Amino acid sequence: MRQFVRVASWVYALAVYGFIFLPVVVLVLFSLQSTSFPIPPFTGPSLRWYEAVLSDVRLTSALVNSLLVAALSSATAVTLGFLSAWGFARFVLPGSGLLRGLITLPLTVSYLIIGMGLLVLFNWAGVPKSLLAAGIGHVVINLPLCFAIIYSQMGDHQINIERAARDLGAPEWKVLLLITVPVMAPAIFAGFFLSMTFSWDEFVISFLLTRFDTTLPVEIWNLLRSGLNPKTNAVGSLVFAVSIVLVVLFELTLLRRKPA
Amino acid sequence: MSVPLVDIRSVSHRFGQLAVLKNVSLQIEPGSYTILLGPSGSGKTTLLSILGGFVTPSEGKVFIRGEDCTAMPPAKRPTTTVFQDYALFPHMSVGGNVGFGLRMQGVDGATRAARAREALALVGLASAFDKKPHQLSGGQRQRVALARALVIEPAVLLLDEPLGALDLKLRRQMQDELKAIQKRVGTAFIHVTHDQEEAMALADHCVVMNDGRIEDEGPPERVYHRPATRFSATFMGESTILAGTVAETTNGIATVATSIGLVLLPGAVQPGANVALAIRPEHLVLGTNEGAVGLGTAEVSDVVFQGSFKRVLATSTIDAALQFIAKAPASATVQTGDTVMVSCKADDMILLANER
Repeated sequence: MRQFVRVASWVYALAVYGFIFLPVVVLVLFSLQSTSFPIPPFTGPSLRWYEAVLSDVRLTSALVNSLLVAALSSATAVTLGFLSAWGFARFVLPGSGLLRGLITLPLTVSYLIIGMGLLVLFNWAGVPKSLLAAGIGHVVINLPLCFAIIYSQMGDHQINIERAARDLGAPEWKVLLLITVPVMAPAIFAGFFLSMTFSWDEFVISFLLTRFDTTLPVEIWNLLRSGLNPKTNAVGSLVFAVSIVLVVLFELTLLRRKPA
Repeated sequence: MSVPLVDIRSVSHRFGQLAVLKNVSLQIEPGSYTILLGPSGSGKTTLLSILGGFVTPSEGKVFIRGEDCTAMPPAKRPTTTVFQDYALFPHMSVGGNVGFGLRMQGVDGATRAARAREALALVGLASAFDKKPHQLSGGQRQRVALARALVIEPAVLLLDEPLGALDLKLRRQMQDELKAIQKRVGTAFIHVTHDQEEAMALADHCVVMNDGRIEDEGPPERVYHRPATRFSATFMGESTILAGTVAETTNGIATVATSIGLVLLPGAVQPGANVALAIRPEHLVLGTNEGAVGLGTAEVSDVVFQGSFKRVLATSTIDAALQFIAKAPASATVQTGDTVMVSCKADDMILLANER
């Protein structure tokens, strides 16, 4: 009986991980296909489709656009998220609980709704469809996330550290820059890398808010419209690889605990 | 007398509806070691926060070196604080921590390092310059916090229960060092504690606080031997308290009617006044009343051996509500259950007038 439970739990674990990772494994595997269709039998390994991706100017420029949008929007989101977390943690504000709820609310709203809302708003305000518009959209979705991560790590034990800095003559901006930011660095970097991850493979908002220059997920979607081929697999694998790197960076920064 | 270094004038403070300081006035002399002693909730930490600039009092004024500092931010005032949790900057080296205040004053790197090293040497931690705070023990962090606060040469150093987190042995050792450092640098220290032994060991000037008020202040010897109020008689060391009413006063001798009879002692109080008599444990004599004021007999309820003496608790056989706290020699043969005579010298009784 015990033997059976052990076997069953292994089977269950394999099934769960298989369910989660099989699509990715298939994607990556057939990106190494040497023939023109990403279907069995496997004919690789070959890097020809990766070469094809890297020599495709539209894809590479979309990749650079994606990285730029991800980096800049994440930097903006993490800066604003940090400042609002600091404000909520250190000052008594009227309606603090309500405002905190409002700032994290976008986490629960679908990207489609946010994207459509921004589209209508930008249209009305005369902001053209562009990477900037998509970047602003990404700040909207990632700011609540950065806020939540940083706010959760901003404990009372840092209050005295900030007080000590003030007491020793530091003006407020130096307290923030020399004390709070370095002490909060793990949470700040974690927020940054998680935002990068979400921005990097975000599709709906970018699709709605960009036109000529666009981000990689939108470009992949364009590519998919002409049917599956190993090139889409290759570019998808690249996207996946970058995401993995970002997630690992996120985990390393947030989970690494410094001794007090 | 010159202008006091710190002059607290009629300060009151409320947190919401709760009054934590009630019309407190206090003056502090340059170069003194002042202890604010009181139980938790007595307002002593709030008073320290007001001095440090972290709290602006609801009413009253604070002058430091004759300058009105009531609403001046901490960065601008000539005080530094040693926090209870030390509040070292975890991402900076010990040298970086100690040099921080100088860095904020725009002192160049080389001078800063030299002065930080000097300050660390002063607290006996010269070798820790390049370490990180988390590599140090509690006592060492305490010293770093002290060096960091002293290096910018404040007019007043504020210490918020600085020894609270240390074990007893280390605490006594740090006590001696704090006193020695204070004498060496000559800066006025204001130190908050609830530990009366710490207060007696360190203070030049002891301020006993309770319920947002100053109960008593003065040199610790005076506060111990002649406490001004019943609270300070029981908080700063223990006392047996005997409540009574003054029956008559003649030629500087007061006759007080108590639950165990008439007691005569020196003092000039209006007849009819409610008073309390406080007697320190070491002044109570058990087993004899030769040449002294008799306080009746009592049944010993507990004897605790304390090494150099025995602490004896005894309940009066006349008034069961009266509990004697006495200090008997270690060689005394007194045992639980014994009935003993209790007496003391008239001079050793402290007459506490104006009982509320």
